[in-house]
Amino acid sequence: MTCRLLAWLLTCITALAVPAAGEITAAAAADLNAALTEIAANYQKATGNTVRLVFGSSGNLFNQIQNGAPFDVFFSADLDYPQKLVGAGVAEPSSLYRYAVGRLVLWIPASSPLDVEQRGMNALLDPSVKKIAIANPQHAPYGRAAVAALKHFGLYDKVADRLVLGENVSQAAQFVESGNAQAGIVALSHALAPAMKDKGRYWEIPADAYPALEQGVVILSHSPNKKEAAAFLEYLKTATSVAVLRRYGFSLPEARKLEEKH
Amino acid sequence: MDWQAFWLTIRLAVLVAAILVIVGLPIAYWISYSRWRWKFLAEAVVALPIVLPPTVLGFYVLVALGPRSPLGRWWEALTGHTLAFTFEGLVIGSIIYSLPFAVQPFAASFAAVDPRLIAASATLGVSKLQTFFRVILPLSVSGLVTGVALSFAHTMGEFGVVLMVGGNIPGVTRTVSIDIYDKVQSFNYTAANATALLLLAISFVVLSVVYALNRRVWALWPWK
Repeated sequence: MTCRLLAWLLTCITALAVPAAGEITAAAAADLNAALTEIAANYQKATGNTVRLVFGSSGNLFNQIQNGAPFDVFFSADLDYPQKLVGAGVAEPSSLYRYAVGRLVLWIPASSPLDVEQRGMNALLDPSVKKIAIANPQHAPYGRAAVAALKHFGLYDKVADRLVLGENVSQAAQFVESGNAQAGIVALSHALAPAMKDKGRYWEIPADAYPALEQGVVILSHSPNKKEAAAFLEYLKTATSVAVLRRYGFSLPEARKLEEKH
Repeated sequence: MDWQAFWLTIRLAVLVAAILVIVGLPIAYWISYSRWRWKFLAEAVVALPIVLPPTVLGFYVLVALGPRSPLGRWWEALTGHTLAFTFEGLVIGSIIYSLPFAVQPFAASFAAVDPRLIAASATLGVSKLQTFFRVILPLSVSGLVTGVALSFAHTMGEFGVVLMVGGNIPGVTRTVSIDIYDKVQSFNYTAANATALLLLAISFVVLSVVYALNRRVWALWPWK
């Protein structure tokens, strides 16, 4: 009796652990939270296939993938991590694809008296700004971009002792949203996300102030669902998905190149 | 090895363990001797941090004690800064987080004191406070040490609360557990390993002390 109960329990547990056919698991950088959630919902409506989303800092996810995390696709917030995965033989070289370019903003709570629109980055020097939230530059691409932008404006040394580090760029945004930090350097996608839109104001940091946040995606070699994963990546290139990415504050690599030519 | 993070963590753990002795003893005394019919509710509240994920506590410290709440505004008016991203914030979070690890061993050892001794002390006209310090506390030393050691070790190993409210500031809120996390994130496995090993060793020593003390004393010194 106990044996049968145990066997039944085991069956239940394994049934839960194995995803249904057609279902893929995507690990994605924190800045994609709103956009990718919407794209995955659209995809499910259109095809009936489910995409399970796991969000975190790119470095954290990269680390987990190297240690065998059972993801099918990895959306990084940079190109470095996907390239390293390809180099390590963990990801499919042919699947590497730049799906978006992230944009960096200086974000302040809606109630803040700071005039970011006028003063731009120099608003950070205001004495009312006691804490500035950025993502941890050790392992989050947006954190590295934020540090680069601060250095570009010659502000890094002046504000270094006021920086607080979010584990990923979403936590940095959350520090500002909750009022614990008076300003943050976050992704434009946070400033535009439905949950945050009315809670803050932003100033977009010019693209030449930091290395481009080109974001790459790869399909992982150990994935048993490569075909389904590739189908989802194809869906990402459709006009509907591109529109969603743009609406959440991403530009596209191709569009960017055109802009530079003009 | 980030010694700054290490000493910061030791400082945090010692401070929290010390405060928990002061705060925990009266609570444990009350739990052991009160006959209030709703006492079980208070016991449940004290035990909450054992079952609640640290993220719940971190979330409350960040939001409910943040500048958007009356409590947070009061704190800000008093000290000039919010609780998040400060050492005091970590101390307060850790006190709540480790409270049951101090109070429960204290209360258990108080309850084990022979009530006849307490009654005898009372009949001799000794005040309750005197009885506590001269009868109950000396008989509860092992429980006291257990509570202090556990709250110290528990605070050393704290991660979730610190990750949520700390903001990872070197020398202020970057504790050893956060430092290990960062090192793993940046693939510095060698350094992570060194720090992790040290933490493992300390935890083992602290817990060994706890379990050794909870044996009968002469079992500790078999040659006696």
